[in-house]
Amino acid sequence: MKKTIAFLLVLAAAALSQQRPDFIGAIMGSQKAAIAVPDMRGAGRAEGLMGVVNGTLFRDLEDAAVFKMVPKSMYPLRTPQQPSDFRKPLQYDPNNRNAAPWLQDWSDPPVNADYLAFGYAAEQDGQMVLFGWLFNVRQPDVATAQAFGKIYFGSMDETGARKVAHEFAADILKQFGVESLAGSKVFFVSNRSGSKEIWSMDYDGSTQKQITNYKSISTMPSVSPDGTRIAFTSWAFGQPQIVVHSLETLRKIPFLNPRAGANQNASYSPDSKQIAFSSSASGFSQIYMANADGSGVRRLTNTRSVEVEPKINPKTGTDIVFVSGRGGASPQVYRMNSDGADVQRLTTGEGQATNPSWNPQGTHIAFAWTRGYDPGNFNIFVMDVNTREYVQLTSGAGRNENPTWAPDGKHIVFSSDRSGRSQIWTMLADGSQLRQLTSAGINEKPAWSK
Amino acid sequence: MSTKKASALAVALCLSFFAAGCKKKVNVPPPPAAPKAQPAPPQVSKPIVKFFSAEPTTIERGQASSLKWEVTGADSVSINQGLGTVSASGNRSVFPSDTTTYTLTATNGGGSVTESVTVNVTAPAPKPAPEAPAPKATFGEIIARDIQDAFFDFDKSDLREDARNTLTQNADKLKTIFRDYPNGTVTIEGHADERGSAEYNLGLGDRRAIAAKDFLVQLGVPADRLRTLSYGKERPQCTENNESCWQKNRRAHFTGQ
Repeated sequence: MKKTIAFLLVLAAAALSQQRPDFIGAIMGSQKAAIAVPDMRGAGRAEGLMGVVNGTLFRDLEDAAVFKMVPKSMYPLRTPQQPSDFRKPLQYDPNNRNAAPWLQDWSDPPVNADYLAFGYAAEQDGQMVLFGWLFNVRQPDVATAQAFGKIYFGSMDETGARKVAHEFAADILKQFGVESLAGSKVFFVSNRSGSKEIWSMDYDGSTQKQITNYKSISTMPSVSPDGTRIAFTSWAFGQPQIVVHSLETLRKIPFLNPRAGANQNASYSPDSKQIAFSSSASGFSQIYMANADGSGVRRLTNTRSVEVEPKINPKTGTDIVFVSGRGGASPQVYRMNSDGADVQRLTTGEGQATNPSWNPQGTHIAFAWTRGYDPGNFNIFVMDVNTREYVQLTSGAGRNENPTWAPDGKHIVFSSDRSGRSQIWTMLADGSQLRQLTSAGINEKPAWSK
Repeated sequence: MSTKKASALAVALCLSFFAAGCKKKVNVPPPPAAPKAQPAPPQVSKPIVKFFSAEPTTIERGQASSLKWEVTGADSVSINQGLGTVSASGNRSVFPSDTTTYTLTATNGGGSVTESVTVNVTAPAPKPAPEAPAPKATFGEIIARDIQDAFFDFDKSDLREDARNTLTQNADKLKTIFRDYPNGTVTIEGHADERGSAEYNLGLGDRRAIAAKDFLVQLGVPADRLRTLSYGKERPQCTENNESCWQKNRRAHFTGQ
């Protein structure tokens, strides 16, 4: 089964890659199996929660950007709830209303689905239980059509409904070699409590939670790749400094800041053992590296200009992109080796280029650039770091800043004031599927973590 | 290279190109007509400054005056006092802390023309004397009242002439104030306008605060009484989306503790 899917995906990718020679096509992958996800029904107390279950499942699958989602209006009227509902007819007649559901209902026009996700929910010992199946409807019979069937348990409330739907979606995506974004978190900065604090939410904007409570300015969060710590910049102790919290206890853990007017922009190495940051210890904000507790500081750049936002390549750990105003020029994105050698400018020198962020594969950066616009009017760009080819993803809709990549390497979260005040948005790396995740207060500086 | 020399050279290059071309291929169809000769550079007339005005020409310290100008026929237009290169017509709000003469220079191949306008700055009207003897002002109140902000250009942390003037006055006052308040310290806050990134502006604000501090120390203000604190663009004093507001935010600001 998995082999067949993989083979189909390779074929589809090969066919589509000719239409999209640009590197964004390569980032996005071009396989698009068609999947139908009819609304599931629920028995007992589960009935009232099916809106949440069906909505969450559909959105997780759609957001993964690996499927062509067949519109629900195309679906046949007879919907199976479990595999035994399928009855192979002696002679298939799509117009026979009394016939039992059959695979061809889904594979034939107008549905033209390759896959069908279906099932039902019920109440069992006060818990919600979801029975979910994935079928390849192109197969000749039920036995070969079933990719998997599984039972999911959750509490009988919205949290439980979301949980079972996320888990079903994750299992479907796993069949296609894709890690679900459900369970990933977006950390961000919000002033909705009255001061800028660090917050977190699920990738779809649900479950927004306040992480810090310094009642000062706390901003620019960065999560360690092992998911145990969050480092940010805070004025809580006077001058802006790097502050680290455990994500397990949410308490502050020690970080030794160099003596400087400003220490900021912490970001972790792939093994979570090093922190790159900028510090004005020399009188100019420059790039430094230290152990995760701030010990063993070493200076990587040595200029009389403002240099900020170092980001270590998450794959190799050996190269760093950063922002520099060296030579008296407007800030641009540069790269260097992790020992500070071989500095090269990546952006063209036009406008102001800021906020670089590596994709998980370490091949591309997303960044904010005013190229082609007035100062301050940033748009999101993606660059292939080897060839320095770049693509503009947003255009002219307000200030678009601080892009960071999702763990799947296909989604980007960023801030934009296109709807008024700055809010957190996600999109695919080809600029499509825009979603606004926040709306209360001013929200900015998103960081997507596993 | 001057414009004059450049165009002469260009004409010469053109001519030599066509001459060589004709010599080689006599029978082929003629090359397209040579481009019309450039008008000789000396004929270019100087730019015309239609007007260069300040409104109002007299302000109280801390208030704004609006410079307005329109120039035709210029290759470049600039205004001194730190305003730098500007467009051919436009306006700009200025906040001189002392009477200042602004000189506009319009230049083209024919020469340059200058025009000046003076903004007179008066001290703010003294507040009416309080009826009862006022309690002695605190250190923080004196700093807030007497020590002026120094302003910066976009994406710059070097001190403009107006900022140097302001800081020179601040240095004199601070030396006196520190003598009267031996325990007071002053924090120099560095601020930036909203347009750059928050990260870069934090570094830039730090530079602005340090530049202001270094200048004061050079003038004899004790360094151990001065601290710096960059807010980047996190604490703007003005939140409108225009240059006059941005200028107010590109500043070194002083608070007393």
